Amino acid sequence: MSPAELLDLLGRPFMQRALLAALLTGLAAPAIGTFIVQRRLALLGDGIGHVAVTGVALGLLTGTSPTWTAVVVAILGAVLIEVIREKGHTNGDVALALLFYGGLAGGVLITGLAGDGAAGLQVYLFGSVTSISSTEVWYTAGLALVVLTLTLGLLPQLFAVASDPEFAKVAGLRVRAYNLLVAVLAAVSVTVAMRTVGLLLVSALMVVPVATSQQLARSFRSTLLWAMVLGGVAAVGGLVVAAWLSARATVAPGPSIVLLALAMFAATWPVGVWLRRRRRLAEPFPALGTGTSGPHEVDEHPHQHGDDCGHPAVPHDDHLDYVHDGHRHAPHGEHYDEH
Amino acid sequence: MLNPAGTAVVEARDVTVALGGRPVLRGNDLVVRHGEFVALMGANGSGKSTLVRALTGLRPLTQGSVLLFGTPLPDFRERHRIGFVPQRGTAAGGVPSSVREVVASGRLTRRPLLRPAGKADRAAIDDALEVVGLTGMASEGVSTLSGGQQQRVLIARALAGEPELFFLDEPTAGVDLPNQLALADALRTLSERGATIVLVAHELGPLEPLVDRAVVMRDGRIAYDGPPLAHEDVHGHHHPIAGSHDHVPHVGSPFDTMSLDPREDRR
Repeated sequence: MSPAELLDLLGRPFMQRALLAALLTGLAAPAIGTFIVQRRLALLGDGIGHVAVTGVALGLLTGTSPTWTAVVVAILGAVLIEVIREKGHTNGDVALALLFYGGLAGGVLITGLAGDGAAGLQVYLFGSVTSISSTEVWYTAGLALVVLTLTLGLLPQLFAVASDPEFAKVAGLRVRAYNLLVAVLAAVSVTVAMRTVGLLLVSALMVVPVATSQQLARSFRSTLLWAMVLGGVAAVGGLVVAAWLSARATVAPGPSIVLLALAMFAATWPVGVWLRRRRRLAEPFPALGTGTSGPHEVDEHPHQHGDDCGHPAVPHDDHLDYVHDGHRHAPHGEHYDEH
Repeated sequence: MLNPAGTAVVEARDVTVALGGRPVLRGNDLVVRHGEFVALMGANGSGKSTLVRALTGLRPLTQGSVLLFGTPLPDFRERHRIGFVPQRGTAAGGVPSSVREVVASGRLTRRPLLRPAGKADRAAIDDALEVVGLTGMASEGVSTLSGGQQQRVLIARALAGEPELFFLDEPTAGVDLPNQLALADALRTLSERGATIVLVAHELGPLEPLVDRAVVMRDGRIAYDGPPLAHEDVHGHHHPIAGSHDHVPHVGSPFDTMSLDPREDRR
């Protein structure tokens, strides 16, 4: 496809809708994803995505908008994961796995009952540019705005809860409410991302930009902001790539967005390794005080300190120190320690 | 400073905590008065950490009551008056965070929702960093610091809310001597500012001169409450345990021995 044709394609109304949806998705998913990665629940988005498949299938079966059924079911699934995780203490991954498989199996089964088969689900699993109607763009924009406002507005509280729930609880923050909020926001951004990246790859947009910006950032806030920038670039860029390839083959935007995000990670990873190495090298050696300097070797002191060696003896705790060239020597085996 | 006439800051009555049905604390009374520096000591599993967690509301009580500043714990809303330093290992999460960000999260007890940090907040954070001696490392990533420095970050975080009462859970565990000395300096500064400090410690080390009251726990009960004891007095003295001499074999089923330890029979 020539650049002129690509520009023409990008100028079409459906493509502009898709670009707007992709940009908002690319900004919202990494924002909430940063908190999820901080809590070491990187696969939470994937679990919610699988549950949302059932929601989409219910929409297809009942003839209602799959976006809204997906939002409802994804939020229910996210709350369920959070509750199982909290009650079961260490079994967060098992809770995720249970919902993972239940959600996917239920979705495929219900889609079969609806008579659509796998093809009807395909659009939601890996994203589709052309399927986005203008009303859905408004839904997407609204939901993405809610996610962004809440994550950025409550950033200090969410950071405190995600990094140390016990401290947050003693500090009087409602830890459970904030954890549920993160789960619900994750569910909302999963459904926001459903149309562009698709449910099976949505988690990548929550995690990969965060992993990329971690390579370069040193603070939580800059990690979050850079992840949003990278997520936006990957989502829009991936969509353009998918459109460009569409002349030759049918390419869903999901894979191209995710591969672009991964390419960014691959590009920054060596830079991150180099930066960390440079930071370590730049670190000064710890200053050695006179009290902690190493032992003197015997050959520097040809004589044994003693009663008549000429060096003044000073009592020091349970032994004698000998004043020698402005510092004190304590006999210690074969050498003298500096005291 | 011991303060027998001062106002009670912590008032625990008959505090009993069971974990999974097993009693960990049994009917403990503890009153900490304003300005005191109390060390909770005892062997592993004696319940000293659980007591601090019960006093901060992290462990629900099965029996008894806790009053903080005269208010029952469930109704206690003035969270900015207490500062909690958990056991180390929780300072770093899955995303890099700077020292300043972690310390700033301690200021949330005094910051209303959706309000950006003001001048007073920044000053308190700077002061907290200075007290623990980490001013120059504010923009460093927490995960790049040594264990002792991370512990000082956690203390600075509790400090940022300018609390009157500190709970510290094993602040010196696994911390080298220079960092323990830095910790002791920070705690001395706090104590001199009039803060009440309750800390859990396995051994006091450089904190010893600061402590004016030691509470020693054993088997979930307060076994001693008074001036600090020498290490020997806490760990060196053991009563011989008289073995029980019954003639019934301690066997439940052929290969299953029951309670090898005679002490278990008496619980």
